[in-house]
Order: sequence, then structure tokens, then C-alpha cells
Amino acid sequence: MEIEEVHKNTKLLYQGKPWNVDNAEFVKPGKGRAIYRLRLKNLLDASTLDITFHSGDKVEEASITNQEMQYLYKEGDHYIFMNTANFEQTFITEAQLGEKINFLKEGTLVTMQLLDERPIDITIPTFVELSVVETGTAIKTATVTAQTKSARLETGYTIDVPAFIKEGDVLKIDTRTGSYVERLSTKK
Amino acid sequence: MPAEGERLAQLKNNLKRRAQVYDLAREFFRGRGFLEVETPVRVPAIAPEINIVPVESEGWYLTTSPELHMKRLLAAGYSQIFQISHCFRKGERGRLHNPEFSLLEWYRSQANYMDMMSDTEQLLTMLTRKLRMGSIIHYQGHEIDLRLPWPRLDVRQAFLKTVGWDPVEYYDARRFDNDMATEILPGLPFERPAVLMDYPAPAASLARLKPGNPLVAERAEVFIGGLELANAYSELTDRAEQTRRFAAEIEQIEREQGRKIPMPESFIEAVGNMPESGGIALGMERLVMLLCDAASIDEVTAFTVDNI
Repeated sequence: MEIEEVHKNTKLLYQGKPWNVDNAEFVKPGKGRAIYRLRLKNLLDASTLDITFHSGDKVEEASITNQEMQYLYKEGDHYIFMNTANFEQTFITEAQLGEKINFLKEGTLVTMQLLDERPIDITIPTFVELSVVETGTAIKTATVTAQTKSARLETGYTIDVPAFIKEGDVLKIDTRTGSYVERLSTKK
Repeated sequence: MPAEGERLAQLKNNLKRRAQVYDLAREFFRGRGFLEVETPVRVPAIAPEINIVPVESEGWYLTTSPELHMKRLLAAGYSQIFQISHCFRKGERGRLHNPEFSLLEWYRSQANYMDMMSDTEQLLTMLTRKLRMGSIIHYQGHEIDLRLPWPRLDVRQAFLKTVGWDPVEYYDARRFDNDMATEILPGLPFERPAVLMDYPAPAASLARLKPGNPLVAERAEVFIGGLELANAYSELTDRAEQTRRFAAEIEQIEREQGRKIPMPESFIEAVGNMPESGGIALGMERLVMLLCDAASIDEVTAFTVDNI
């Protein structure tokens, strides 16, 4: 596409990476050549880049689509998802997911961002329910402050939980902070 | 209130001031013996300029400036004329641009580019006095001292001082435009207007070359508060030279951009009959922005291309 057609929130492919145009500034002396100053945000790692284009320059538009996907299972460092609309399977790598792997359990529904047909990222629910697979006992102290201990969840993620949490309990986890919210059910 | 009603209600003070500025500008020129003229907005040919892309209209163009027709009037003996007209420039949209905007242009015979700058100084002085703003105005958190005379800066000296190269000796259009936009203009002091004068001859456009120094053109621009306000020329009245420049520009536009632009023949016919004269184009929205302390053209335009 022509640089003239780029606006705020246009998605671009630049240097092989997908970017969102966070800000576009148009500078033009009356008789001079137009300058386009863009602030780009990387759609994969959120890093930013300031770059200047001139009139006549061409840029590549990135077509990003959203699709609901269900996480099925992990194979090596590939996370396999199923498109809930057409049941086709695709994968996204552990590196692309980053810390989101801590909250993915089989069957979770997510929104996947696709660049052309290629998965680039997922949006996970704000809250997920994960069960405790292993936790020790809290070290007793003389204080009355709330006691915490660590617990390993079914995804392999380890977090701090209150002392009363037991193996088999299902916990509500805030994926934005990665922290314990509440106990949803306990093993009888 | 619906979103549009609310938006327009917020613009009311600025739009009222805009109307005052138009009235006062007309009063200024009539008081000095200028005749207000009207020239066509839809025209068969425009001045060929590589960095100004016209909007096409059934094989003709929406005018990018009333310059050519006003000069035809000048050539016919109308010695002092002014006009406020809508102009169109394709793709120009930003904080300071809307593809449809208004230019105030005035021309007078037996005058040169610096006389046009003096007119501009007098116009601003009259406007701020009548609007009871005083000679020191507030714009975007800064004080701007509009007292006369405004500082004049030689383009060559400004380049040598700021970016360390001489655009008059070694002209490079891309480098010149880029350094002007990114280094020279942002570096101008905010607290005073600045008149940049004597542009490199290849950036002359429709200006005559300086008598005694053909390396520079008698072109001047005034900047106030970071706004490019007006562009003035000592007008080129040499038909052969004007034809040669336009032909070169038309050839370059086709070669670099693939755009075919016709030679404005009727204007060329008139150039040889033009008296020695000065002319200037001033962006009305920019002027109103300055006098309304508005950061964006959207604050002084009821309907921009984005909410048309």
C-alpha cells in the first residue's frame, strides 16, 4: 500500500515483522516533500520503533484476523490449537506464547491472531481455572499475618497460595498478574 | 447531544473568530485599495508542482491555488487584487493539513517579495489589534512577540548554521526538503515569527531569480509558532523562463510519479504581460489557528475530510 494510505492502527509488515501503527504524523512544507513519521508497535513483542517515510514510499499491509481457537495439547515446543469454526488444527510455538503457557490447559478457548494464515499470538481469558497438583505445608510462624506457600498447578506453573490450599483444589487465577484470586472448589 | 452536535458546539468560539478574521482581512485589503476577485475552483490546468498532487474532476482539476488565474488578471492590468478561495491538495491530511483548505492570496504590481512580507506584518498587526490580543500573543503555551519588524533569515545561512551544508552551492531537493522539515523549521525560535528568504534557485517555483545573484530566488516564507503561514514571491514575468521551468517540472512529474500534467497554456500566454509584481499565499486555517490558540486544523474547520 502507499504510505499515504497509512493511518493510526493500520497493521504493517516491516522488516519481516508485523507492526501496529500507534501514531502517524504528517509533516509537509507547502512546496516540499511530505514526510510521514510513524510510531510502530511490534505485534509480537510490543517493542516500539519510530520510523520516517516519504511520499511515494510503499509499505506492506499486514492483514491480521482474529479466530477463536481451542487449545488441544502440547507436542515438543509446539502448542496445538483447533479452529472452532472449521476444526482445522494449527500450532503456535512456546517462544511466541511466552508466559501465556502458564495459563493454558487443554480445552481452553482463546482468541488467536493470524497474520495471513500464520498464527502470531493468542489472547487468553483474564481469569482461568487451574487445579493444584502439588503443594507442601506452610511453615508455621508465631505471627498472625496471612501465611502463604507455593503450589504447582496442572500447567506446571508455580504460584503463591494461602496456607489452606490443598492438592486437588481448583483455583481462580488472574492471567494479567499471574496471581491467585480465590479457591473455586476443594477436593472432598 | 449527539456526537456531531457536541463536536460542533465546542468549535463555536473558534468558528466565530474565524468569521471575524475573514471580515477583518477583507477590511484590511479593501482599505488599501485592493479589489476582491473570484477565480474558478475547477480548472483545466494547474501549476505543475512535483510535491502538490491535484484532485481530478472529470479530466479537469480542483484548483491547488488561485495563483494562475490571479496572475492573468494582473497581466490584464488589475494592479492590486486579493481572494480567499478553497483549494484542494490530494492526500494532505494531518494536524496542520486538510485536503480542502482556504488560501488568502494577494498580488500587487510594482512590488517584490519583501513588500509582500511587509503586507503580512501589517495584516497580523491589524488583526491582533482589532481582536484586542496585543502584540504579544499566547500560542500553545508560549508567548509570541509579534512586534515589527519580524526577524529575516537567509535560507543559505540557516542551513549552514543548522545542518552544515550549503543548499545554494550544492542543491539536493530531497535533502533540502528533509532538512528543512526536520531540522531548520523545528529549530526556529518559537517566541518570534521568522521570515526565511532567498531560496535556492531550483526551489524557486514561480519566483524570479534575484537580480545580481541568479543562484537564489526571490522567495520568502513566514513561520509563526511552528506554523508555515505564507509563501511570497517576486513574480517571474519572463515567459520563456516560466515555460522552461514548467516543462522541466512536467517531465519530472511524469518520470518520477507517472502523473501526466498539462502545460497551463493560457497562463503562459499571460506571463509576458505581467508587470513587475509581488504575490503571496497565506493559509487561512493556519492564521485562524494562531489567533484561536488552536493546536490542530480540526479545531478551526467545521467539517474536515474525516467528518464530512
